[in-house]
Amino acid sequence: MTTAVLFDNVSRHFGAVRAVDRVNLQIAEGEFFAMLGPSGSGKTTCLRLMAGFEQPTGGHIEIFGETAEGVPPYRRSVNTVFQDYALFPHLSILDNVAYGLMVKGAGREERRKSAEDALAMVKLPGYGTRRPGQLSGGQRQRVALARALVNKPKVLLLDEPLGALDLKLREQMQEELKSLQKSLGITFVFVTHDQGEALSMADRIAVFNEGRIQQLGSPEEVYNQPKTRFVADFVGSSNVLSARLCQKLGLRAAFASLRPEAIAIAAPHNGALSLSGTVVAQSFLGATNRIVVDVDGARIAVASPAAHGIPSIGSPVTISFAARDLHPMEDA
Amino acid sequence: MTIVAESSVLPERRGTVGRLSDFLWRHPHMLLAVLLGPPLVWLGIVYLGSLFALLLQSFFSIDDFSGLINYEFTLATYGQLLSETNLDIILRTVLMAATVTLASALIAFPIAYYAARYARGKWKALFYLGVMLPLWSSYLVKIYAWKLILAKEGILTWFFEKLNLLWLLDAWLALPVVGGNSLSVSYTGTFIVFVYVWMPFMILPIQAALERVPTNLIEASSDLGGTPAQTFRYVLFPLALPGIVAGSIFTFSLTLGDYIIPQIIGSSRLFIGQAVYAQQGTAGNIPLAAAFTVVPIVIMGAYLWMAKRMGAFDAL
Amino acid sequence: MRSEKANSAPLGLKVAAAAGLAFMHLPILLIFLYAFTTEEKSYQFPPPGLTGQWFAVAWNRPDVWAALTLSVKVASIATAAALVLGTLCAAAVSQTRFFGRETISLLVILPIALPGIITGIALRSAFSMADIPFSFWTIVLGHATFCIVVVYNNAVARFRRISGSLIEASMDLGADGFQTFRYIILPNIGTALLAGGMLAFALSFDEVIVTTFTAGQQSTLPIWMLEELIRPRQRPVTNVVAMIVVVVTFLPILGAYYLTRDGDQIAGAGK
Repeated sequence: MTTAVLFDNVSRHFGAVRAVDRVNLQIAEGEFFAMLGPSGSGKTTCLRLMAGFEQPTGGHIEIFGETAEGVPPYRRSVNTVFQDYALFPHLSILDNVAYGLMVKGAGREERRKSAEDALAMVKLPGYGTRRPGQLSGGQRQRVALARALVNKPKVLLLDEPLGALDLKLREQMQEELKSLQKSLGITFVFVTHDQGEALSMADRIAVFNEGRIQQLGSPEEVYNQPKTRFVADFVGSSNVLSARLCQKLGLRAAFASLRPEAIAIAAPHNGALSLSGTVVAQSFLGATNRIVVDVDGARIAVASPAAHGIPSIGSPVTISFAARDLHPMEDA
Repeated sequence: MTIVAESSVLPERRGTVGRLSDFLWRHPHMLLAVLLGPPLVWLGIVYLGSLFALLLQSFFSIDDFSGLINYEFTLATYGQLLSETNLDIILRTVLMAATVTLASALIAFPIAYYAARYARGKWKALFYLGVMLPLWSSYLVKIYAWKLILAKEGILTWFFEKLNLLWLLDAWLALPVVGGNSLSVSYTGTFIVFVYVWMPFMILPIQAALERVPTNLIEASSDLGGTPAQTFRYVLFPLALPGIVAGSIFTFSLTLGDYIIPQIIGSSRLFIGQAVYAQQGTAGNIPLAAAFTVVPIVIMGAYLWMAKRMGAFDAL
Repeated sequence: MRSEKANSAPLGLKVAAAAGLAFMHLPILLIFLYAFTTEEKSYQFPPPGLTGQWFAVAWNRPDVWAALTLSVKVASIATAAALVLGTLCAAAVSQTRFFGRETISLLVILPIALPGIITGIALRSAFSMADIPFSFWTIVLGHATFCIVVVYNNAVARFRRISGSLIEASMDLGADGFQTFRYIILPNIGTALLAGGMLAFALSFDEVIVTTFTAGQQSTLPIWMLEELIRPRQRPVTNVVAMIVVVVTFLPILGAYYLTRDGDQIAGAGK
């Protein structure tokens, strides 16, 4: 398998701020790779390092086996879909899409044809004569995608590509991006702070915090077996059980994670683990109820199917869960 | 196109332009130097150099007998600057600048307030042009217009005559200090022209400051029981103050340094600008002229420092 | 929306604003009237009669033409220099980060923030110290110095509106620095530069204080006007020239306004 992007101990410091700190990454060709994290976690800086807008202060970057340091963005076969789309306001949609071909010296006819094909691919045929200001946010996003893809990049970078869209459009675009990536076979690297987006689209996820990768793995691994307290908390808001509670359950670990949906409000059976406590809060979320149980001063959230009813606040309950759902974590 | 897709890194650009572009990209400091170099040479060396050379001359003195500059460090010129006549000139100029600024603020505020709060759409554009055109029209023509207006046979005398108020004009001119033979040779005339020429500079900063006041603050004030007068006094005015101070930087500074207006319309008593002009020209005393220019620089320096502390620069 | 209707200005405010605007405009309109007066020796009001003959007289005056030509030449070259320097400066300040950026803005504004007489004398004494004879070029040098700020203000305001990612997007799509400048930056700042250039032209065309110190025997139109103001020779000709100056300066101001009206305001407050 070919490596599309390689980060070897890469750092990017801005003065005393370590935006990216000794990051190691290997993205395979054809992979749909997500960089997930809160703002300021270094994920966008990593993307900018790949695009060539930033230069590493330490370490080494390779793109398809070739050294990337010192190579300007315009000489990288890497294209970016910007968060604000960055469509050129003074150019028509067709000229926007054909821009990359134009600066590389392609002929007028070739430019027009390729740009129209690209617009058709993102389902905007015939929009070429309009101006960016005349399009909706979702349409602009598709133009930005076409403008990048028309250059046939070896790696496509997407910076929070769906952040500015409303929920419905976002879900639709998620599917489209995924199928586009499958059919083109291009390596996609995208940055997001939305864990749902990362989980549903990516082949692999790197979870960033404070300039470092906290965990790198498949969506299932990251979700079900968070390696650090930060990942447990950021990806899907797991309950984090303290060492004291772990000990009570017979587990030797500094922390352990426990997904709310892995917990049932019922007496244990088949060797399941259990804790008892008091209901302190409850809210109705549609398909599930969110019930917060106080266990010896620790608050544990439970996602209970709505059909099971809501216990009243103050009532004593027993919560139970399978031992395999309790994941020990590193101290972080 | 297939060759391009083979490699993830495209080949080096050919030709001088391509290589230069690569070079500047790799060395952003060189790019910065290329961009900043010419303006810095012009402003930093030619302009600032001239200014410092001028200030330096204020520490030299003039030889009373030969009339030549004596290139030895001395504070004698500053001693001369502090003579009674010169202090008089400085005081007169500062007082004039202060009253001009005050009057400008009073006239400018309603215009700026109306433009910011009530003018909409086409009217707003019209207001903007209505301020911009007089602001930018020729300085000398503006002075000339007032020479026409204030002349003894001019429109103002005619106007007072028609209203049978000529006695009022004469009574005003008979007053000490502000009076004179006619308006065009009195402090009153100088004051009117100063206000006319510099007042437009006050309007846009005030308008900018007022436009930044969200409407709901005014609604909140009246919701909390504030009368319009109270809302103005406690909400609007304090928020507009940085704009007024920003505008006053222009009116104050421009009045301090002007020498043409008092020369054309005014009494024979000098202002700082005229003194500088006379010292460097007819008197040939460059050191004293230089020392005189230090006065507005120091005053404006203090003024700007104060204005900055009041946050006036955001309203510029 | 409800407040829009209820919001009608109080009468006192309307009157004060209207009076203030009238105070700003009436004297200039008066110039137009005087250009047609038949009175030669004084500034008599109302004019005893109206005539258009002074336009012909002014037209045939070689000194007026010489001054006008010099002013246009000076303003054109000073504007060109200011355009280059102001744009470079604006690009450096808004597109890069470096220590002392604030100082640059201050440095650019200084020539108009300080009274003109200081700039004038400083340049004059520098010229005489360096033994540079006064000429056309010394006038241009002085004018370009204070015109930079007008171009700079307009360009900086526009640069601020171009999102930084546009330039990155261009580079990302394969355009080098020069291509990005030509295809992306220039088209986006073009109108701002044009507006700045027009204002710089108007500023230079009208300048008298610095010019008094940096001009030798030559007289620009404002210098000519100043001499007429101090020692009037033929008043009606001055009236006509004053009117023409008003009209000539209005055109670039209106042009600059229309070029920049959607979006940033022209940096007129920084005259």
